[in-house]
Amino acid sequence: MSTSPSASIGRRTVVLGLSAGACALVLAPKAAEATRAEADELIAKLAGGAKPQMDARVKIKLPEIAENGNTVPFTVSVDHPMVAGNSVTAIHVVAEGNPAPQVASFHFTPTGKAEVYARMRLAKTQEVRAIAVLSDGTALEGRKEVKVTVGGCGG
Amino acid sequence: MPTPKVKFNETAAKGDILEVKTMIDHDMESGQRKDAAGKVVPRKIINAFACTLNGKMLFSAELAPAISANPALNFFFTATESGTLEFKWTDDDGSVYGLSRPLTVT
Repeated sequence: MSTSPSASIGRRTVVLGLSAGACALVLAPKAAEATRAEADELIAKLAGGAKPQMDARVKIKLPEIAENGNTVPFTVSVDHPMVAGNSVTAIHVVAEGNPAPQVASFHFTPTGKAEVYARMRLAKTQEVRAIAVLSDGTALEGRKEVKVTVGGCGG
Repeated sequence: MPTPKVKFNETAAKGDILEVKTMIDHDMESGQRKDAAGKVVPRKIINAFACTLNGKMLFSAELAPAISANPALNFFFTATESGTLEFKWTDDDGSVYGLSRPLTVT
């Protein structure tokens, strides 16, 4: 019934192939993380179609190592005026290493400064992305890598 | 019932930029967690927050299940007029938790 492997395939190769297969089986039933493409799609939707340009004015403050992925404090700030007609209108936060990439959308009015603090759950080590939308419709993006010791998605 | 908390300087000089710190105790059940029996615990989170001054929007937020339990939100506004700051948290189950605080601008 079963075809025997050709003589050139050694035992080790077969074992490796099997373990790779087992891994795929474990991961297959539920995607444990969003893909970059999914995150990009979400960002395009959140940014209202504008293509975000990487911009150093968008800063994400995160711990270098988050020991507990259940509570990772973050601050996003945009170095930009906050006056009527020239302000940051929204900041969207996306964690593409999470099962669902959306974290939060913050909406600003021309007052105070474009800065927000909150705490998020991160499933694993990943890059967090923040997209700032300006009153003229421009979208700017900042990214920051964070190492997560124990993931926080309550599996 | 969740108890919201807010903190900011309730007396300020005109033009001051004030930081508002807010927090509400809530599990933020993500909908991805399983209970001991292996059953998925249904999602129940605070999905929205808004802060107004005298009815005018200052800051608002939409939150996803990736926001941690007991969600904290800190933001800034410029003190321009005296009045009332109103804070509103909206739960997935439709409940709205609110709080208001006076602001005196001199």
